[in-house]
Amino acid sequence: MNGIHDMGGMHGFGEVTHEENEPVFHESWEGRVMGIRRSLVKHGIFEPYNFRFTVESLSPSEYLNSSYYERHLRATENGAIAKGFITREEMDERMEFFRQNPDALPERREDPKESEQIQKITFMLEPLHRDTGATPGFNIGDVVRARNINPQGHTRLPRYIRGKTGIVVKYYGNHDFPDIDMNGNKSEPQPIYSVQFDAEELWGASAEKNQLLFIDMWEGYIEPA
Amino acid sequence: MSTEEHHHHDESYAELRTKALESLLVEKGLIASNAIDDVVRTYEQDIGPMNGAKVVVKAWTDPEYKKRLLEEGTSAIEEVGFTGAQGAQIVVLENTDDIHNMVVCTLCSCYPWPVLGLPPSWYKSEAYRSRAVVEPRAVLKDFGLELDPAVNVRVWDSNSEIRYMVLPQRPSGTDGMTEEELIEIVGRDSMIGVAIVESPTIV
Repeated sequence: MNGIHDMGGMHGFGEVTHEENEPVFHESWEGRVMGIRRSLVKHGIFEPYNFRFTVESLSPSEYLNSSYYERHLRATENGAIAKGFITREEMDERMEFFRQNPDALPERREDPKESEQIQKITFMLEPLHRDTGATPGFNIGDVVRARNINPQGHTRLPRYIRGKTGIVVKYYGNHDFPDIDMNGNKSEPQPIYSVQFDAEELWGASAEKNQLLFIDMWEGYIEPA
Repeated sequence: MSTEEHHHHDESYAELRTKALESLLVEKGLIASNAIDDVVRTYEQDIGPMNGAKVVVKAWTDPEYKKRLLEEGTSAIEEVGFTGAQGAQIVVLENTDDIHNMVVCTLCSCYPWPVLGLPPSWYKSEAYRSRAVVEPRAVLKDFGLELDPAVNVRVWDSNSEIRYMVLPQRPSGTDGMTEEELIEIVGRDSMIGVAIVESPTIV
């Protein structure tokens, strides 16, 4: 989707500010959000879409007005509601309860086995390559153009790359195709490449000198140039 | 200090929502409190840039390892003991006198968690995500790093499930240092490519 999340090349966000000795979580609720999200993966919370698409689907104003973990919180909450795990009314009631009882904490449920399963996900090495037998349609050195696609669903082809010409520099294997077709059509895994673009090709006269950009392109994102 | 507001909503509002969500999901038996505690503790204590620093120092001190690391990052990193979520395929990019690599994720905040931990706020900021691809040298100046015009800047937009980590250059004047001492000087930002590893004599 052509959403606010697709920020490459936008202006107006100011300087990059750097926090010394930054903690992993600034507030303890941020860590809880991280843990809740990971715990819900096995319940298929973001299916049939995915977590990133759920985040991207926040309204542009909400997206920009939220921190990273606030976005994750809203996406997790929206996912849990969409899945029927909880209802909006339950959330409103429970928030009201904690508003009126600021010292109350969520009740606890201990399950050592579940923690073991979740820790396994945290440390698991799950290869991305899918052995589909598909052979790459492009060779190293091929000149390719990124397709000008504008899907309403999720895509990992950013706007600033579409229509631009680059060179295939590496073949990485066959990976699951991440785009979400809003009509529900599924895609097979595709060959994926590292493609190199000159900064001038991307940004014209505004480009800085002596710069290259590399981005991963599934085969469906590119065509011969 | 920070001109960028990361927390536009009232902080307690997010906390309230999180409490309500956790409480409901625990009640329905969908999540376990101790599993969440363990995720938090793991990312606070066990997974962080010290992992990546160990990989970097091994590459600095073992040429055969460095070769494996640059050819097959994932398995070379696994050798040192690091695997996990957001690190299914890790590609390591070597910085040299002529090439400076830096990593961004313009679409979200993809980052190699097993070696660097969870991303810092600046990496997730709109400013970094929007500007790194179009004016990397200007962004590096925000970090106090000014590169020679002859250095080729290579920006990696981490848009797939492949994760990128930078192998910074070993600074001069470090020949006599032990591996433990070297690990101490390898900062997180140098492995994202927005800093270099400074020689301890200069610091």
